[in-house]
Amino acid sequence: MLLPFALLLIAYAVGSEIRLSDNPNDKLLPSFPTLYEAVQRMAFEPDKRTGNYLLWQDTVASLMRLSIGVLVATLMGSIVGIAVGLIPYVNRTMSAFISVLAMIPPLAVLPILFITFGLGELAKIVLIVFGIAPFMMRDIALRVGELPSEQIVKAQTLGASTWHIAWRIVLPQMWPRIIDALRLSLGTAWLFLIAAEAIAAQSGLGYRIFLLRRYLAMDVILPYVAWITFLAVLFDYTLQKFQIIAFPWFAVGRSSE
Amino acid sequence: MTQVSVQNLWMEYGDQVVLEQVNFEVETHSFVSIVGPSGCGKSTLLRLLLSQEHATRGEILVDGAPLPLNPDPDRGVVFQKYSVFPHLTALENVVLGLELEQGGLFGRLHGKAKRRAKAEALHHLEGVGLKDSAHKYPASLSGGMQQRLAIAQALIKKPRILLLDEPFGALDPGIRSEVHDLMLRLWWETKMTVFMVTHDLKEAFYLGTRVIALDRTRKREEEKERYGASIIFDTPSEPAPIIQELAAEAETDTETNQNT
Ligand SMILES: Nc1ncnc2c1ncn2[C@@H]1O[C@H](COP(=O)(O)OP(=O)(O)OP(=O)(O)O)[C@@H](O)[C@H]1O
Ligand SMILES: [Mg+2]
Repeated sequence: MLLPFALLLIAYAVGSEIRLSDNPNDKLLPSFPTLYEAVQRMAFEPDKRTGNYLLWQDTVASLMRLSIGVLVATLMGSIVGIAVGLIPYVNRTMSAFISVLAMIPPLAVLPILFITFGLGELAKIVLIVFGIAPFMMRDIALRVGELPSEQIVKAQTLGASTWHIAWRIVLPQMWPRIIDALRLSLGTAWLFLIAAEAIAAQSGLGYRIFLLRRYLAMDVILPYVAWITFLAVLFDYTLQKFQIIAFPWFAVGRSSE
Repeated sequence: MTQVSVQNLWMEYGDQVVLEQVNFEVETHSFVSIVGPSGCGKSTLLRLLLSQEHATRGEILVDGAPLPLNPDPDRGVVFQKYSVFPHLTALENVVLGLELEQGGLFGRLHGKAKRRAKAEALHHLEGVGLKDSAHKYPASLSGGMQQRLAIAQALIKKPRILLLDEPFGALDPGIRSEVHDLMLRLWWETKMTVFMVTHDLKEAFYLGTRVIALDRTRKREEEKERYGASIIFDTPSEPAPIIQELAAEAETDTETNQNT
């Protein structure tokens, strides 16, 4: 499992060595000591101008935006998805609208968001929501539709109202599926986060990368990219483990199908 | 006493006639087996009895009144599969019926009420031999256990009518006869009326006190869609030995009661 990663590192080290021996000032593939120095500077020394530890400041700023956006999108996805999947009337009125909504390229709307919500946090969060909520709504609606109709009828014979069915039968069975949808959406959420930060922000991981691009500061950009990747992998792994622990019936049902 | 009365029932899906002129009357505490070739409309008839779907023409009366428009706790159901909820343990699956009834808006019970409901549910689980599996999820129960769970889950609502759609179709023969006797005992004790769809004629006659067969009477290929199935065969069936025993026991019981 680790072999490809090791090979990549070796290839980088060799490539960096060759380029630097040609030209010691080459910026494209900095050596490991240079990278280490840059990480030291960004993460563990206060910035000379602002006195902040930049990597942590950027991380906090980005994660705030990401988590609020993802949370709002998940809430919208769950509520709208269950309503659309469960209630035929809502399905008839909403599903075409959501399908069209999902086709609008979010980045094309970004200028509108900046004009409407200003250049602050709100526009970036709305972009993330806009980028993933339609997918989540559609995905959850489909998952609800996949529940066997026998279950719904059975619940009615046990005395359940429509609200009871949503609350006690559908929602609990959607939780692990919402986690699946969330895992699939996280990559997209990062994409829109970094895009928004690249265009207008004063802090954030995406902001930093695009700022430093002007100085060809690969020694900072590369660790930042690695750090973002690490965070993304960590979230994905955590969600996956959480799903298994919190919803044991789901894992069992999956493997027995 | 007539409990369920089906009068001149027709069911059409678009152009296709599935059932036509279905008429029968069923007395309280009957066990009606419904048989017929695949696709003749047995499940459709059951769905109509359940109010899951509505007849194109004709009427179904229970105790003289038309059926409610939606499925309700008066009529329990066990399907061939998907009858139990995968996200609830066996115990929770059975408790659910009580929680939805008594648990208000959120359909949940707490504290003493919850303990009481659990005790009652455990009693029902014991009745179908699942007490030891109370805390397992359906996915880790065998097919036979899942069907027994579905029966317990339906019975906790004390339905007056129980509808079974090929409930034992997926079970091994050995387990099947076990569940048969269990079903008969529960039917006898609860005094409910059972409608059971099955493919297995032997099963139909063994369990049923009455066997109804559905089929198309006109079978020419070009007319197939235009004519539906109706009852071609309706006969009483002798109760299973275990029921005769239980009936005899009950009789001697009442006699001794009268004598003392
Ligand atoms: N919702 C529906 N829409 C259209 N046609 C339907 C629908 N449900 C059932 N049918 C048709 O009605 C006929 C009877 O179906 P039904 O499921 O009642 O048969 P069945 O007797 O239960 O068969 P099986 O023994 O295979 O379960 C079939 O031809 C089927 O295609
Ligand atoms: Mg059927």
